[in-house]
Amino acid sequence: MVYRSFKTSILGMVAGASMIFGANVSFAGDWKPAKPITMVIMAGQGGGADRIARLFQSIIQKENLSNMPILPVNKGGGSGAEALRFLKDNEGDAHTIMATLNSYYTTPLRTDIGVDIAEFNPLARMAMDTFVLWVNAESEIKTLDDYVAAVSAAGGSWKMGGTGTGQEDSLVTAMLEKEFGIKHTYVPFKGGGTVAKNLVGNHIDSTVNNPAEQMGFWKAGKVRPIVAFTPERLDVFPDVPTAKELGHTIVYWMQRSFVAPKGMPTAAINYYTEMFEKLSATEEWQTYAKEKALVADMITGSELQKYFLDERAKHKEILASSE
Amino acid sequence: MDLLTLLSDGFATSLSPFNLMIVILGVTAGLFIGAMPGLGSVNGVAIVLPLTFVVPPASAIILLAAIYYGAMYGGAISSILLGIPGASTAVATTFDGRPMAQKGQAALALIAAAFASFVGGTIAVILFTLFAIPLADLALAFGPAEEFALVLLAFTTFVGLGGDDILKTIIMICLGLVLSTVGLDLISGQPRLIFGDLPGFYSGISFLVLAIGVYGVGEVLYTIETSKSNPTVSNAKITFKDLYTGIKTISSYTKTMSIGSFLGFFVGMLPAAGATPASLMAYGLAKQTSKKPETFGDGNIEGVIAPETANNAASTGSLLPMLTLGIPGSPTTALLLGGMVMWGLMPGPMLFIDQPDFVWGLISSLYTANVAAVLINIALIPLFVWALRMPFSVLCAIVLVLCIVGGFAPNQKMHDVWLIVLFGYAGYLLRKADYPLAPLVLALVLGPLMEKSFRQTLISEQGNILAFIERPLSATFIFLSLLFFIWPLVGLLRSSKREHPHFSSKRPDFSRQNS
Repeated sequence: MVYRSFKTSILGMVAGASMIFGANVSFAGDWKPAKPITMVIMAGQGGGADRIARLFQSIIQKENLSNMPILPVNKGGGSGAEALRFLKDNEGDAHTIMATLNSYYTTPLRTDIGVDIAEFNPLARMAMDTFVLWVNAESEIKTLDDYVAAVSAAGGSWKMGGTGTGQEDSLVTAMLEKEFGIKHTYVPFKGGGTVAKNLVGNHIDSTVNNPAEQMGFWKAGKVRPIVAFTPERLDVFPDVPTAKELGHTIVYWMQRSFVAPKGMPTAAINYYTEMFEKLSATEEWQTYAKEKALVADMITGSELQKYFLDERAKHKEILASSE
Repeated sequence: MDLLTLLSDGFATSLSPFNLMIVILGVTAGLFIGAMPGLGSVNGVAIVLPLTFVVPPASAIILLAAIYYGAMYGGAISSILLGIPGASTAVATTFDGRPMAQKGQAALALIAAAFASFVGGTIAVILFTLFAIPLADLALAFGPAEEFALVLLAFTTFVGLGGDDILKTIIMICLGLVLSTVGLDLISGQPRLIFGDLPGFYSGISFLVLAIGVYGVGEVLYTIETSKSNPTVSNAKITFKDLYTGIKTISSYTKTMSIGSFLGFFVGMLPAAGATPASLMAYGLAKQTSKKPETFGDGNIEGVIAPETANNAASTGSLLPMLTLGIPGSPTTALLLGGMVMWGLMPGPMLFIDQPDFVWGLISSLYTANVAAVLINIALIPLFVWALRMPFSVLCAIVLVLCIVGGFAPNQKMHDVWLIVLFGYAGYLLRKADYPLAPLVLALVLGPLMEKSFRQTLISEQGNILAFIERPLSATFIFLSLLFFIWPLVGLLRSSKREHPHFSSKRPDFSRQNS
């Protein structure tokens, strides 16, 4: 092990030297990071986005997929605006990558932070995360009908916890409101983990968290899944119906991707893309995805950019109709 | 009984020679990382995390926890010696630690910090061992309203802190609150107070930048003016006798230490709060319950003991929500959480049931890490004190370099360095005008937390402001805050009475005559 890390550090030094002496020459396969890579996370600590980004970081380091360590940095403020702005201000940086979620397109649409995501470089979409409606296990609510009845009866004071106005869960909330003609009071928190805790502590009445964020509490019997917003039932919750099969076509995904700043050298983009391809094939990742009800289909490059821009257009409509 | 069996199994894991070695390594590394301004336990844990995949999970978490602990001890060192808090958790330690060092009692202050950390850490681990699972429920009972009330309480324990001038304290709190609103608003995502469109302000003003500016740079400027390069040489030798008398002195402050330990543990346990408010509250409380509150800020040893017991107790406390609820209370515990996910462990309510070996191995290692940290720390005190013997002109330059490097390192933005210069100058002027700086820094740390929880409560309660007193826990905290707010006023009344000789000073003589 010592020998191996010695060898990688030599490699790192060589790579660093070739960066200095041969900066103009960019061989696709030759570029290697010369210093630790900053992985910006568009969300606060403990939420779904954070956990998954840190999982990736750990797998990369365990499997030696990068010769330099990855340093995750949470910049969750303002629905990820802080992170987006950081990426924009680090134009041309070959050692900054960002873990995204759907606020990647919604936040620039909603707030005037001078960020155009079409300028950023897509690296890889690792997975699509799912949404489930949750209530506290002590609650009387067992079905979607119970839920709708309870929310209507509360007359607008039903507390739906989420991670910020305009965030994914608030969009799902808006879809629910539109479909059933109900009203929630949407309470924003700093991350899905905090939302989960507040649901178990009865400070909010429901949430549409990702399964990964609730899994610990679900296994402990503290929360109850009511309905899934996926086209088909999730393997981990075979007894939980989808909204679609109950006759309400609410389907919504959360993408888990990585992007790089504008102007990152092509060789570096290729390096990271390849790193994520290797990562996607690891057993740890595949197992995690399965357990946490993630759909792990990977896309990269221009296909991913097209996906981002299509989603941006789609979200523009959703936002316009929900506000 | 069951608990003891589990714990002794845990010790079997943590006392293996390999794990002991890991604890010692981790604590030593943590001490130095924590002692460097700008580097904290977050950096230490982040750097070491990848190395942990070669050892079994139990050893890995032991290593990370040892670094975490070591850094918490180390944070006090730069607070005392240089007057720059290395981490927000060590701010309160500068208030009296620094004056003690200036009076030539650096060694005593360091011994006090180390010993107090040990007591705080140990009491907290014992509480953790006994009550981890039931206490998780208490953490759950904390919603936004309770968070707000707690932060309010932290503020009020602090009003009396800035000396006698309550008006100046309140002005500084307000200034700190204004600074804390700079950046992107959590709830709406809109940028606020960014001075036109300076991108550097988007992420807000970090605590470290303000603290390094006002304490580090400001202090250097002030000292240059007052001492006229007159070096304050302190005695670098410390003997076992010093150590013995030091520990004996400190041991007599059992009240301060128990306040610090219990308060620290409970505040640290709450997911939102953590070690910084805990140490500040302990300091404020120690001052208000002290017999000589006026000596706080001039090098009262209680002012070192209280925050140091509290921040170590809180750092143990903050492991509780991470392990039992899967919610990290601090950036460092978030990293630990990430590591645990990687090792295939699922933090959350099931961890204690599914992975007893891991959990109890970790808990028992907190005991060993504490013992190791206090011993290593005390052994290194002569080295740290020796650093103070440098000529002032040299020390001063080193401190300035540390300030700038420490401020630049975390985000690598020149923007932060300019802010440090600005805050340094402002801090110097404020200090000359006798404005207290602690409330300013405190308000910047706690402001965002307070604002967020206040707005969350109002949103979820449909704008009903009475929500804060309708909930029993938050009502209790609000009541306590009112009490603390009034307490200094009562103290003022009492001291004005004392000027009449009839009331207080004669009384002891009467009692003597009677007996």
